[in-house]
Amino acid sequence: MYISAKDEHHQPSPLKFDIPKGWPKPSKNIFAKNKLTEEGFQLGRKLFYDGNLSADGEVSCASCHQQFAAFANYDHDLSHGVNNALSIRNAPALINVAWMDLLHWDGAINHLEVQPLAPLTNPIEMGESLENVLKKLKKDTAYIRMFTAAFGDAEINSQRMLKAMAQFVGSLVSSNSKYDKVMRGEAQFTDYEQRGYETFKRNCNGCHKEPLFTDNRMRNNGQHLNKKLDIGFQAISLRSEDSLKFKVPTLRNVQLTFPYMHDGHIYSLFQVIDHYSKNIDTTQTRLDPILKKKINISNKERIELVYFLYTLTDSSFVRNNRFAADHITTIKNPHHPQLVN
Amino acid sequence: MLKKTIVFTGIFWWLLMMAVIIVNAQTKLGTVVIHFSHTANQQPIQFNDSVYANDFGERYTISKLKYYVGAFKLDEKNLSLGFDKYVLVDANQTENKIIAQLPEGNYHSIQFKLGVDSTDNCSGAQTGALDPLNSMFWTWNSGYIFLKLEGNSSASTAPDGRIEHHIGGYKDSMNVASTIRLADNIAIEAGKATDIYISFNLDRYWNAASKIKINETPVCMSPGFLAKTIAANFNAIFSIGSKTITY
Repeated sequence: MYISAKDEHHQPSPLKFDIPKGWPKPSKNIFAKNKLTEEGFQLGRKLFYDGNLSADGEVSCASCHQQFAAFANYDHDLSHGVNNALSIRNAPALINVAWMDLLHWDGAINHLEVQPLAPLTNPIEMGESLENVLKKLKKDTAYIRMFTAAFGDAEINSQRMLKAMAQFVGSLVSSNSKYDKVMRGEAQFTDYEQRGYETFKRNCNGCHKEPLFTDNRMRNNGQHLNKKLDIGFQAISLRSEDSLKFKVPTLRNVQLTFPYMHDGHIYSLFQVIDHYSKNIDTTQTRLDPILKKKINISNKERIELVYFLYTLTDSSFVRNNRFAADHITTIKNPHHPQLVN
Repeated sequence: MLKKTIVFTGIFWWLLMMAVIIVNAQTKLGTVVIHFSHTANQQPIQFNDSVYANDFGERYTISKLKYYVGAFKLDEKNLSLGFDKYVLVDANQTENKIIAQLPEGNYHSIQFKLGVDSTDNCSGAQTGALDPLNSMFWTWNSGYIFLKLEGNSSASTAPDGRIEHHIGGYKDSMNVASTIRLADNIAIEAGKATDIYISFNLDRYWNAASKIKINETPVCMSPGFLAKTIAANFNAIFSIGSKTITY
């Protein structure tokens, strides 16, 4: 979007947040008090990709939420923060976040706008103070220009910064996988995929509910307490019955978001299926009731199920230039891998 | 036509009456100025240097004391704080005052809330008193710290003898937002300012409904049982020190 310097009364251009056909409405409208605009979205995108937001200038949101990994951290069980620190949980994929009431594996964050405060200030993630982040932004003429374009004047404050970030992250909607095309009647599953879908509906749909492929609830899926003694939702709710409950992740783009589980200890989808069909101790008292009945799945069904899960990969999402770093979209080199469509 | 005339006449009289009411109300307004002052061992709190003792004989210094107040009322009359719903009182500031206008009259109580309403804990990025820049927001577990008390004590078992009390919590059973109601006769006179001095007595923070020993609880960093135990003393902390009317 071109903004003329002379045009002092420039109004940001409103953007419409489209709810894909047949999808439920988000339970709270995150854009009700944060008007989605092209300028706000672009500012949010710049902030998302800016390593300068961290203490050492190296770690951006995108360091651990990579577009080619559907905004998860590719091939990393845990992520790297400033000073070679390691995180304690697996970076969750940022997909269809607008439908999530609670964020983080332990459901600790109650609103998308306040989520960035956690990684920004965590000493093992971006390790920076909010005060310093704002100081850096205020010195940067590009930001002064973009805050003005998004909010009407040059004031840079935490609320505007966080709202712009929510505009970008809240816009990361993935709804164009092969599965979606099949549902829209634009494509057909192969026999393998179709049988995998049947297996999915019999065994997985209780928590990984279509069309979001998550019910976004906190559940105990039978994992053991890890060495970091991460008790999950219990630490937030302070209720013993919430021990080892973690937020159900979406299965959209699950092919790209490995490794899996809150601490990334499972590397392949086959092993994930094995976890549910073989490894859960169903006598655990706090196990989610839905998992108390043993899942029986043959090796053939297991393979078909993975074929189905691959149909949830949305290449138009991971290659959407609107979600990519600005310098990538403006690079003229046609051989740049991010430009391949 | 006749109907229209009647309607217009009606509207005219209604507007005139409203104007009279508004003018009347304006002429009867007085000003209230609420000041917060902070004491420990009957002395105004000096940060970092002065050593105080609680009722359990534990000696300590104070480096931070901040808390949110809002929803002020004189009897049933709400006081508007203008743009902001909350005020962040910082005991290390020379002055903490709240100015509002209200109808003249004799009031019998002042009421306010210590803390932040649950809706305002869940409404995303905020500005003003609730700006997370004020370091009164838990980044890892969304919600506001209602009261922050930090200092040092030889009685503390925490590293460097620290006292770190970050008290908050808005969810049902963990909610520590407290309504403080102080009874007193408060006269508000038209065109004049009544100053009310509310005193925060740190001695009662440690010892009122709950006995809070620094040795046992030097640190409270999250909502929950301990925060509730400490917050049980919030009501006893405040009292009205004095009132003056400025002509």
